[in-house]
Amino acid sequence: MDIFGSFALLLALLAAVYAFVAGIVGIVTRRTVLTKSARNAGMAVFGLVTLAVASLEYFFFTDNFTMAYVAEHSNRALPLFYKFAALWSGQEGSLLFWSWLLSIYAFSALFLNRKKHPELMPYVGVVLAGVQTFFLTLNNFVATPFNVLASANSSGVFHLARVTEGNGLNPLLQYPEMVIHPPMLYLGYTGFTIPFAFALAALLGRYPGEKWIHITRRWTMVAWCFQSIGILLGAHWAYAVLGWGGYWSWDPVENASLLPWITGTAFLHSVMMQEKRGMMKVWNVWLVFTTFMLSILGTLLTRSGVISSVHAFAQSGIGNWFVSFLAIVLAVCFWAWWMNRDYLRSDNQLDSLVSRESSFLFNNLVLLAACFAVLWGTLFPVLSEWFTRSKISVGPPFFNKVNVPIALFLLLLTGVGPLLAWRKTSFDALRRNFAWPLTGGVVAGVIAFIFGFREIYALICLILSVFVTLTIFAEFYRGARVIANRDHTNILSAVGDLTMRNTRRYGGYVVHFGMVLVFIGIAGSAFNKDIQMDMSPGQSLSIGPYTILCQNFDQVANDNYQSERATLEVFRNGHSEMMLYPQRRLYLASQVTETMVAVQSSALRDLYVVYAGRNPDTGKPVIHAYLNPLVKWIWFGGVVVVLGTGLAMLPNRRAAIVLRPVQEKSWGDALPATSPAPARRPESHD
Amino acid sequence: MKARTKFLVGSGIIVATLCMLAYVGFTQSKTYYHTISELPTLQGASLRQRMRVSGNVRAGSIAHRSGEVDFVLEEQNKTLPVSYIGHDPLPDTFKDGAQALVEGKINPDGSFVAEQVQAKCASKYQASPTGSPAAAQPGQTMNGAGGSGLPNKS
Repeated sequence: MDIFGSFALLLALLAAVYAFVAGIVGIVTRRTVLTKSARNAGMAVFGLVTLAVASLEYFFFTDNFTMAYVAEHSNRALPLFYKFAALWSGQEGSLLFWSWLLSIYAFSALFLNRKKHPELMPYVGVVLAGVQTFFLTLNNFVATPFNVLASANSSGVFHLARVTEGNGLNPLLQYPEMVIHPPMLYLGYTGFTIPFAFALAALLGRYPGEKWIHITRRWTMVAWCFQSIGILLGAHWAYAVLGWGGYWSWDPVENASLLPWITGTAFLHSVMMQEKRGMMKVWNVWLVFTTFMLSILGTLLTRSGVISSVHAFAQSGIGNWFVSFLAIVLAVCFWAWWMNRDYLRSDNQLDSLVSRESSFLFNNLVLLAACFAVLWGTLFPVLSEWFTRSKISVGPPFFNKVNVPIALFLLLLTGVGPLLAWRKTSFDALRRNFAWPLTGGVVAGVIAFIFGFREIYALICLILSVFVTLTIFAEFYRGARVIANRDHTNILSAVGDLTMRNTRRYGGYVVHFGMVLVFIGIAGSAFNKDIQMDMSPGQSLSIGPYTILCQNFDQVANDNYQSERATLEVFRNGHSEMMLYPQRRLYLASQVTETMVAVQSSALRDLYVVYAGRNPDTGKPVIHAYLNPLVKWIWFGGVVVVLGTGLAMLPNRRAAIVLRPVQEKSWGDALPATSPAPARRPESHD
Repeated sequence: MKARTKFLVGSGIIVATLCMLAYVGFTQSKTYYHTISELPTLQGASLRQRMRVSGNVRAGSIAHRSGEVDFVLEEQNKTLPVSYIGHDPLPDTFKDGAQALVEGKINPDGSFVAEQVQAKCASKYQASPTGSPAAAQPGQTMNGAGGSGLPNKS
């Protein structure tokens, strides 16, 4: 049965290679029969990898511990849900999982566009086949999931090992959230392959820019959305499970997931410059290339152990494969760009600093600066070892010092950008649009200052958050009022109508609002408090408005684990509000210790209590209590971001009337550097 | 001035500011990685560096004292006595035989004072690396000072 899975994987690799070669030959010789055959092969990869994944899952479900991978990551008592998720709990299985998700994306891209863009799709198919070939090579030859456990007897003949029980899944991973986090993150990482394929294909095929940019933008939004979910789920898991009171530690693997997210965000904004004004074409193409390369770098950092991190200590030879692939990708991108760079000439130039173009340019500038800072900080141990003899790493102070001001500047741009007009904004318009939101922000800041909040970055964050919220509100209100007056409907249904006419713009505003909430949640951490104390039954400690009384301290034991547990009663204003049971478990089968955090989360703050073990001198339990303001805003903001992205991806309800005749340009024409009338493309929304 | 020039000037100011901030952040947090065998060879300014050292926790060496936890790290037959003085509890994965990474400073007498300890499970599983974030052996980190979100002082 294992032969079935590994054979399916081998066939998948062959199909991908065929898709690659036949695709190239078909393009060069202009034979559609070949490009169609290549496309079918590319789609077939999905079916074959699915068979491989299904067979590996079958082994998990049937507790087939002769399979090395199953024996390593599962055991009989493991709940079915986690047996399914054990697929991606190790190197080989997670690489197979990656190939599978990639094949789903590739299949979708090829299938959905089978009747469209006939000059572009063959190139797209070739790029996708190339990437899939790489990962399938790893699956087949480097990190093979279908190894059997076997040992040689005295005459050197291998026999299958009789293994009746597996090692089981680490209890730290037996959380629903920890199960969803990798698939979401992988859907993000692999998803960035699709816009990459379209961008590279368009460049190689010299395909008209305004056509490929739409497709690329859509797919980038999908991948970006999944990446956002993955990052936030990881942060939430770290917070709720790991028990150190925080959600982000600038760990290399965390940073790896953030890097393509940052460049993806930059692309989603700068793409509008290309759509509206034909600017930034070279920049956009390289931004998409970089996003893809960063997602490969991300998986390289995570798997190779080249940077030590809580996630991956061990060294692995697989890093060399990824580095080689990255080098090939970079070389191909560079060659494609160099051969076709005249195709990417800009139509227009920056007219004024007080324009929407300018705000997008600054947006991209600071996002790329953040990306560079995070990348540099993450890779610093490797770089410093090359150039000096010592291995130097940097920690949270470095990342925070650079990224907090960048984040605040981005927040400013989020409010300012939509209020600026394309090309140039008049001073009157500026004054009209900015005055009252800015006033609102400053008022909020002054109020907070009076109430004793003095942390400067948190204050700036508050002022800008209120400013941005008011500008978003104003945008919805202004547009809705026009519709309400014209159609004589109420303002709420007008808002709905407005949004559905231009989902990208108003969905985008919802995403911005979600990010504002996330920023406020993060700003709350400037006011974190914590206290650690020995507590025997009867003692209490105070933190913020809460008084925590230790009622009891006991040991609980069952088949699965032994635990030491504190029973705490929490009072506020003299009233008993809740009971908390922080504990520490020792799982008997795996001998793994785990801290169970007791968290009470409300809109204003989280009360987060950890049982920190016993004081060695007194034998008393040590309780560590944290007061983390506004954390819930982060998770809630994340939900808003996801909903907003979903909204932005919906098709518009009605096509708008085209008010100007379209100027069809041929791509061979060189345009003058500044044209008197902007080249308008027919757009139903901006 | 042309808009483009103004933009470049603005960008220059932003980038310069960020570089300054990066430099300050760097000097505040740079940590040198050394192996246990290298430690006796360090001299002069290197002795006052903030550093990270990794090794395995020697079985039976973990001793909880008031205000600190003492243990011995060993690697390639060299040992290093460590005192963890951090505020937070040690990670759950920290036990005899675990692979640990300590961060702090070295004392003149050769012992190590650690403010942060990260530990990975003593490998009961196959030695081959499991690299994804959902790896079967995630390590854990305990910080003397938290590292998330906004800094407590700017």
